Amino acid sequence: MATTKVRMFAAAAAAALIGTTLAACGSSGGGSTTAAKGSCLDTSGSTVKLGFINSLSGAMAITEKTVSNVLHMAADEINADGGIMGKKIEPIQEDGATDWPTFAEKTEKLLTTDCVAAVFGGWTSSSRKAMKPVVEKHNGLLFYPVQYEGLESSKNIYYTGATTNQQILPAMDFLKSKGVKTLFLAGSDYVFPRTANAIIKLYAKELGIKIVGEEYVPLDKDDWTTQVAKIVAAKPDFIFNTINGSSNVGFIKAYTDAGLKAATTPIISVSIAEEEAPNMGAPVTGQYASWNYFESVDTPANKKFIEDWKAYPGSSGVTSDPMEAAYDSLYLYKAMVEKAGSFDVDKVNAASDGISFDAPEGTVVVNGKNHHISKPGLIGQINADNQFDVVWHSEGVIQPDPYLEAYSWFPAATRDALVKAAG
Amino acid sequence: MSDFVAPLLNGTADGALLLVAALGLALTFGQMGVINMAHGEFLLAGALSAYLTQQVISNNDISIPVALPIAFLVAGVLGLILEATLIRWMYDRPLDTLLVTVGVSLALKQAFLQVYPSGVPVEKPSWLDGQWHVFGYAWPLRQVFTIVLALGCLIGLGAALKYTSFGRRIRATVQNRALAETMGISTLTIDRITFFVGSGLAGIGGVAASLIGGTNSELGAKYIIPAFLVVVAGGLGQLKGTVIAAWAVGVGSAFLADWTNGSLAQVIVFALVVVFLQVKPQGLFTVRTRGLA
Repeated sequence: MATTKVRMFAAAAAAALIGTTLAACGSSGGGSTTAAKGSCLDTSGSTVKLGFINSLSGAMAITEKTVSNVLHMAADEINADGGIMGKKIEPIQEDGATDWPTFAEKTEKLLTTDCVAAVFGGWTSSSRKAMKPVVEKHNGLLFYPVQYEGLESSKNIYYTGATTNQQILPAMDFLKSKGVKTLFLAGSDYVFPRTANAIIKLYAKELGIKIVGEEYVPLDKDDWTTQVAKIVAAKPDFIFNTINGSSNVGFIKAYTDAGLKAATTPIISVSIAEEEAPNMGAPVTGQYASWNYFESVDTPANKKFIEDWKAYPGSSGVTSDPMEAAYDSLYLYKAMVEKAGSFDVDKVNAASDGISFDAPEGTVVVNGKNHHISKPGLIGQINADNQFDVVWHSEGVIQPDPYLEAYSWFPAATRDALVKAAG
Repeated sequence: MSDFVAPLLNGTADGALLLVAALGLALTFGQMGVINMAHGEFLLAGALSAYLTQQVISNNDISIPVALPIAFLVAGVLGLILEATLIRWMYDRPLDTLLVTVGVSLALKQAFLQVYPSGVPVEKPSWLDGQWHVFGYAWPLRQVFTIVLALGCLIGLGAALKYTSFGRRIRATVQNRALAETMGISTLTIDRITFFVGSGLAGIGGVAASLIGGTNSELGAKYIIPAFLVVVAGGLGQLKGTVIAAWAVGVGSAFLADWTNGSLAQVIVFALVVVFLQVKPQGLFTVRTRGLA
């Protein structure tokens, strides 16, 4: 009896493993291999179809659902204002289901069956890397709204979140200005933290900051106790946190349990925003985060953005950086199309350089060469209301430099190796 | 010294949590042959109970102890419902229980996600602030709490199995179901109560888990596979094996994480368990029985 049970369990475990492996393999891309020639986009009617792709189920639904809602809000606003070139937006929502091959398949469906003019969405780098070959094959457009590890540029993707020189490097400049001498790197084990930390280590050397430890924990593991014990032993001036998702909660809890405090061993994070801060179950007051937008930013556009969002059905009540970047992406697309006078991808690309939008974070400008946008670098400190007080900002806006070509301390060999490793 | 003490103590606490998650499975899988993939979501139900209790009783010092029996009841009743509606129809088809409970697990997960998309924060009581200084390592009190909780569950369950008539009936059913039935034991009732207790233990594990990581739809998925591995590696139908296996996996992972890193540690531990099961497919301990099944 016992043996049969063990066998059955082995079968179950094997099935689970196969499932995971398939999911992992699929991430290299998807869809059929037949190249589509020309677009099936039809703009003769009074509407234009746009595809929104976000995980509405699975682990990432926690954060991606909000992005989907804010995209719909932006579409409603644009429609109320007359649409894009007089055509009302007809959004087609797809569920990426926290599954990267699904992102690829649904993007292909949006481009070839629904014939949308552009696709908006994605969150994880894995989902973007799954969609990239699809939009490139069909010469489509993807607007990706989340800060990421950089070292990428595609003529079919616009990146409206920060690249490394707009989020990671400003955070390091801030640490330097605080007189930080020693730094501990804590990250989740996937491409963004690994790449970010490789860059941080090079820049730290340049700034004379010593890295006293580097720890990674898989995304699906919450317990950080063992790693925090190492932080306690290393006594760093500051912790650079590139942990993502629920694992952040485990990290903050283990940090609090070990008796570490913001006053003596502060943390600077790149993935804790207004939505995450109140959900830690442990105090994060006094900790820092590096972003390009905070709800507390004082611009007229932000005031309107916050008011509209709070009144929007399905609103989470607070605004955050990736939401704002998604909101901007739709307005930037509208401006590009209207300048080009066409929905044709090549014409939109030709018109994109210099397109600007008075975004909630301030005026952002599209770089037509690398398809990223200029952004201000901001450091916020979490206050008792779980909002961020801006304590540091970059001098003016930072031009996007996804390959860090303007930084002499970043060797070309490292760049090539990182680009290759990121696939 | 602290290089050695920290992983040992933290690994023991990790193992303790794994044990609470696995105890219920040891009962339902070990005794009844039911592969309950929704067991992880029963942990989540326990963690959610902790959150909801905190919403009612704002003093965390009291709410967490109060949440423990509530979590036990909530998860236990969920287990009863699952048993009464689905599992009772497929006791002779264990692989079907696997498929059905995977479905239940997905449904519960998505239901949680619909209501609490960003997860819920569970705060620890202030009496868990602070650390114990053990050979130069400041050991978080929360880790001590997990171990105390696991010991409590283990001793309670062990005593119930050994000294109560209900426990004797469970053991009789495990050792030889057919013979137990001929002795007048209603194995159906026993199964139902066992499922209640096993699921309830998951609820208690959920409270402990909510103090360590995030309480969100993915909580269950983090514990279900390691918990099954521990039960299988420990050997079915025996608590002793589960205890040793949980401790070994916890401490092994902690030392490996200390020497290498968190990701590699997970891979090595799972690989070691698989190799171990090749050598000892029945696990650490087996119940010797004259049953023909």
